[in-house]
Amino acid sequence: MSGYFEGVLVLLAINVVFAYGAYLPLAAGQLNLGIAGFAAIGAYGSAYLSDTFAIHPLIAIPIGALFAGLIALLVAVPVLRTRGIYLALATFAVGQIVRAAILNLEFLGGAAGYPVTAFVRLPVVLAFALIVMVLVTVLFATRFGIALRAVQDDERVADLMGVEVRGFQIAAFALGAAIAGIGGGLYAHHFSYIEAQYFNIGLSISIVLYVLLGGTQTTWGPLIGATVFTLLPELLRGGASLRYVVFAAGVIVLMALRPQGLLTRANIQRLFDWRSPPIPADPVSSRSTV
Amino acid sequence: MIGQQIINGVTLGSVYAMVAVALTLSIGVLNFLNFSIPGLFMIGGMSLWALLNAGMPWPVAVAGALLFAVAASMVVERFTWRWLRGAPHFVPLVSSMAFLLLFEHIAIAYWGSDIRVVPEAFAGGNWLIAGLVIGIPQLFGLICSVALVAGLSLLLSRTRTGRALRTIAEDPDTALLLGVDINRVVSVVFIVAGLFTAFAGILFAINYRQAHPFMGEAVGLKGISAMIIGGMGNIWGSIVGGLIIGTAEVFAISYFGADFVDLVVFGLLLAILILRPTGLFRGMQPVRFGI
Repeated sequence: MSGYFEGVLVLLAINVVFAYGAYLPLAAGQLNLGIAGFAAIGAYGSAYLSDTFAIHPLIAIPIGALFAGLIALLVAVPVLRTRGIYLALATFAVGQIVRAAILNLEFLGGAAGYPVTAFVRLPVVLAFALIVMVLVTVLFATRFGIALRAVQDDERVADLMGVEVRGFQIAAFALGAAIAGIGGGLYAHHFSYIEAQYFNIGLSISIVLYVLLGGTQTTWGPLIGATVFTLLPELLRGGASLRYVVFAAGVIVLMALRPQGLLTRANIQRLFDWRSPPIPADPVSSRSTV
Repeated sequence: MIGQQIINGVTLGSVYAMVAVALTLSIGVLNFLNFSIPGLFMIGGMSLWALLNAGMPWPVAVAGALLFAVAASMVVERFTWRWLRGAPHFVPLVSSMAFLLLFEHIAIAYWGSDIRVVPEAFAGGNWLIAGLVIGIPQLFGLICSVALVAGLSLLLSRTRTGRALRTIAEDPDTALLLGVDINRVVSVVFIVAGLFTAFAGILFAINYRQAHPFMGEAVGLKGISAMIIGGMGNIWGSIVGGLIIGTAEVFAISYFGADFVDLVVFGLLLAILILRPTGLFRGMQPVRFGI
């Protein structure tokens, strides 16, 4: 396997993991613009463990993710009191604070970045991505997933039906952060070097874009979105900035023509359930209260 | 020394304030966080450099830069707010983020990603008053900023268009029922966004004599903070918020270092969002916007 191909696959797998991290809160109707911050916590946490205490990356990465999840849990309780634009801005602020904090922490290398000695290869990265995918898919087949879907469709009705809305939102937020932490840990241990500047608002935006492009209605959405928009620029070649131009234009056009994303629940049902009669087109997802 | 710091802080703060006003108008009227605004800021600064570089005189370059940004803002309006009314609330936000990416990378494709040096405006134009250096372009920029904001405030409170905008802010459906031509009136919000943000970008380019494709990001993020500190939808609050952040930044840089500033600014932002989401100046809104 050529080095180039391997590099693309690693990036794809990490982006998929990141996308599932952003997917969980989005599936509960929350836009997390601080997702890069939690990825950074996972990256720096696991890198510090594997570097300082010589812990194997396979153990250090989950611990780093756990750490990111715990911090998200602490943050979620006050932050999730806000909603709509306020929530997006609050999560954005959290992401910025994490980045700024890392820049000021000398033992994490500050602005100079942090070299990581332990290394994970492509199969490990792929395995992690697969586990995350299966885990999220299984999770969404349980009552947890049904409850999240209810919260996404209509918070008030879900509340009336006895769904513990706040509890589920906090759980989705923290779990998503932990998954983003896994992605961060994989990134740190594959590329052997991390710097706080990588985990900026641009990364958060790209991750959220992957998910929204794929669609938030099914658990396939993040996979499709991350795959299409990691591979498409690679296929286009050309200069780096031209790739971004195409990516951004693609997002704008897709949002205008198909705001629910590439893949919807109705699409999946039509594909795999040949017995049921054709279902009507997607209901335009409810305008949630902002 | 402290006097000079305050002057520098106000100069920087007026740039943040103009960006914050554009953001706050968009949130106040449309409940839309317009993430393309940092891109419009960059268009202002970069077009100024490009036009000057092409040999245009200053007034033409400034007018051209403002015009480009307003035109870009109208394109954003077409693809965010107009198309996507009735879509899930995050969709216009997502599209505007994509526009930020689009503008930045078109700029890189055309002009490269280097930091460009903007020539000095009003050559040698500094006044020395009581030992304090006051730049004429900075002073001129400050006066223009105040005039623009005062003009906007008058537009909102006194004119028919302003009343229509305030009606849309209260309830777009009712506004439509009452015969407000929403598409026409809302374009005012985007024209103001383009004009104010590009003006801020031009001021920034003149004050710090530089322009580059990513110049909008840091300023845009500080503008968002200024908007929240002032209370979303509150125009004069945004001005005060911008001045607070600009001054705090200049002081913090000289005492603690630049990396520490972000920690303070965004920590303050988070605290305000959680403890007092209406911002610091709820009671003094000249124009009452519903959030």
